[in-house]
Amino acid sequence: MDVQSLPKKKSNRLTEIAAGKTFPTETHDVLNREEPLLEVSNFNLSYGAKQALFDINMIIPKGKVTALVGPSGCGKSTLLRSINRINDLLSTVRINGEMKLNGEPVYAPSVDVIELRKRMGMVFQKPNPFPMSVYENVIYPLRIDGERKKAVLDEVCERSLRGAAIWEETKDRLHESALGMSGGQQQRLCIARAIAAEPEVLLMDEPCSALDPIATNKIEDLIADLRGEYTIVIVTHNMQQAARVSDYTAFMYLGRLVEYGATSTVFQNPHLQETQDYITGRFG
Amino acid sequence: MSFQSLENSAPARRKRAKVSLFAQGEPMIWLTGGGLAIALSMIIGLLALIFYHGINTLWPVAVLQFQTLDGSLYMGEITRAESFRSNDAEVRVLQRRLVRTGNFEFSGEHFIWINDHDVQAMTQPEWAVVIERTAWGRFYGFPESFTLAGETVAITPEAAWEKFGQYHGAVSERREKIRELETKEVGRVNRRLEKSRLALRAVEMSKGLNRPAWQSEHEKFLETEKSVTKEFKTLQEKIGLLRAENSRYVLNLKTAQGKAVAMPLEAIVRAYPANQLSTLGKAGIYFSRWQEFLFNDPREANSEGGVFPAIFGTVIMTLLMSLAVVPFGVMAALYLREYAQPGVIVSAVRISINNLAGVPSIVFGVFGLGFFCYLIGASIDELFFASSLPNPTFGKGGILWASLTLALLTLPVVIVSTEEALAAVPNSMREGSYACGGSKWQTIKRIVLPRAMPGIMTGMILAMARGAGEVAPLMLVGAVKLAPELPVDSVEPFVHAERSFMHLGFHIYDLGFQSQNSEAAKPMVFTTTLLLIVLIFLLNLLAVRLRTRLRRKFVSTAF
Repeated sequence: MDVQSLPKKKSNRLTEIAAGKTFPTETHDVLNREEPLLEVSNFNLSYGAKQALFDINMIIPKGKVTALVGPSGCGKSTLLRSINRINDLLSTVRINGEMKLNGEPVYAPSVDVIELRKRMGMVFQKPNPFPMSVYENVIYPLRIDGERKKAVLDEVCERSLRGAAIWEETKDRLHESALGMSGGQQQRLCIARAIAAEPEVLLMDEPCSALDPIATNKIEDLIADLRGEYTIVIVTHNMQQAARVSDYTAFMYLGRLVEYGATSTVFQNPHLQETQDYITGRFG
Repeated sequence: MSFQSLENSAPARRKRAKVSLFAQGEPMIWLTGGGLAIALSMIIGLLALIFYHGINTLWPVAVLQFQTLDGSLYMGEITRAESFRSNDAEVRVLQRRLVRTGNFEFSGEHFIWINDHDVQAMTQPEWAVVIERTAWGRFYGFPESFTLAGETVAITPEAAWEKFGQYHGAVSERREKIRELETKEVGRVNRRLEKSRLALRAVEMSKGLNRPAWQSEHEKFLETEKSVTKEFKTLQEKIGLLRAENSRYVLNLKTAQGKAVAMPLEAIVRAYPANQLSTLGKAGIYFSRWQEFLFNDPREANSEGGVFPAIFGTVIMTLLMSLAVVPFGVMAALYLREYAQPGVIVSAVRISINNLAGVPSIVFGVFGLGFFCYLIGASIDELFFASSLPNPTFGKGGILWASLTLALLTLPVVIVSTEEALAAVPNSMREGSYACGGSKWQTIKRIVLPRAMPGIMTGMILAMARGAGEVAPLMLVGAVKLAPELPVDSVEPFVHAERSFMHLGFHIYDLGFQSQNSEAAKPMVFTTTLLLIVLIFLLNLLAVRLRTRLRRKFVSTAF
């Protein structure tokens, strides 16, 4: 493909970013027409002396799948983990800026972090089922919420497992340990657990990076099924995956959000040369 | 430059230095393997020694009669043989044997050395009988006749022995009955009187002497005293009757030196004609001795009889200790690992805990005596048992204070291993729980603790092994030479946490170093040590099984 024929804005931002400069994000117009679930404004985060996120401004559209891509260490996982404040567990983290979930602030002294996290589901890089039965794993969010009614728990368990497309495989072994399942099954179980409490947003931190291609396929199909029902933010290293599963793609570099737009545009017709370079594999 | 030319132009390959011996790894295999082999052989050697002696002690051996050159006769069992240097004109290496001759009331000795070159004749008399008695140690002699209520009913060894076999069982039963009456029934009566006396004393302390309340209580006391005296009398009569019945049976014996001895059957615990026994008969004696050893109280300053109170005391103390140390250790470790901000203070605390494990155990004993017995125990006495003062109830050594002292001693082990177990719980699990909206405590309770449970159990196993084998601090806080009253029994309130107790480890020390009949006690040291090791092994086995089950349930290597 002839690079010269593509539209682009001539600049070499990446070197300047590396030198410490910050540019406003190239946000595509299409995003302004979406209904935002999450609004991030002027968000900065640092681990001790090292700043990891610089002036992030973005919205996460409701009911859509948003992919965060970028080279290793660009801060996409940090941004994701800031949304449910799981970064707070590290004592060195300092935050400056604002996030709003459905119009309510995420970072405010009055916010009950535990209640906030109950409104979100998270799926981690490595499957992390708890050392208990499949059933107990799925209903864990309800258990810690104090739900006791067996009928409710049974219903939620089946619905979540069906939602995570793992019901058929597990319905006969609900009360066996979850640790005996394969990696792919474990990850789908973790997704079932994440959607058990019907979260407003589902955060996925490279959910397929520890899985084989077949298991990856199943997870991607599952994300496609969940699209529309849930708002999903997914961090991925895999460009094809981002292209396949997401509606919107955000390209990050060294803690800055560089370009953000509809996936088809970002992949086929990015506004910035740097995005083009990354997506075609010139660097990163 | 092409590869071809590079190859051509390259100088002859530099000769490689000889491969270092160490680089091959073989010497290291020998060194490490050798270290392991030495450690193992020492442990196996020790265990084998204990096992060999412990197993053999109770086996009945032949009774030999020695006639020495000066004409004296000795009869007994050979305990061991050794060589020694004689001190006469020419120094020679001679052999001698230690013979257990018993009959302490005549000879004043339990054992005697007999030089091999002094022996004129050595025989195995057919009717040599070994008698284990309730007092004075063993007796070796020949049965002569049997007396029943003053009348001689048998005059040959065979007939006398037959009569002995006929009556001994019933006599032993009556002796047990007497013992039970003397300890349990008389004890019960005495406790009633004591309770009444304490009630009177309590009234005296609160209301004062000769007040109306005291008067009525005093009358009650006098009444109790009267009924107790009556009850006591009936008991004495009962015991007297049994004694009289038992004293009718007497076995007449003759010692090797020809001295006639009339031995009441009541004084005989066990008797057997050692030289007539078949292997099966010996096995019978062997197992009956083991049974006595495991399930009876000690006799003869602990050198004979059983060690049941010591086994019981050891097990109860170890369990109490685990009950005390595990919750505290786990709580401390949880705070250090899960809640405390890592920093200088936490590091200092951690180092201090590790150092605590190196404090000599006797120091813990002194602390336990001062803090638990004399401070806490004395305060409890003053608050709740004031009427029995100056006799201390909790203000002295007891099984509760001993357990708590050992719990302190083993606390570092539990904290360190629990901390390691907590550190080994993957962070991803904690994050998973937080992401589901779990609070810190919910995460710890539902995810971290179950997952760390096998590691915590390991700490408990180590603590139990350490605690059960510890002796020095126990001497100060409650282990005693003889305590036939168990800390748990059928007398209310059933658990007597203030009682002193017997402990196998202390029993070993007492047998080995405090016994006046040390030669007789020595084999029992091995047997008791064997028992202690087996006991610790069993306790550990139990804990290990529990841990394996937990591990299967909570930790898996899948994925």
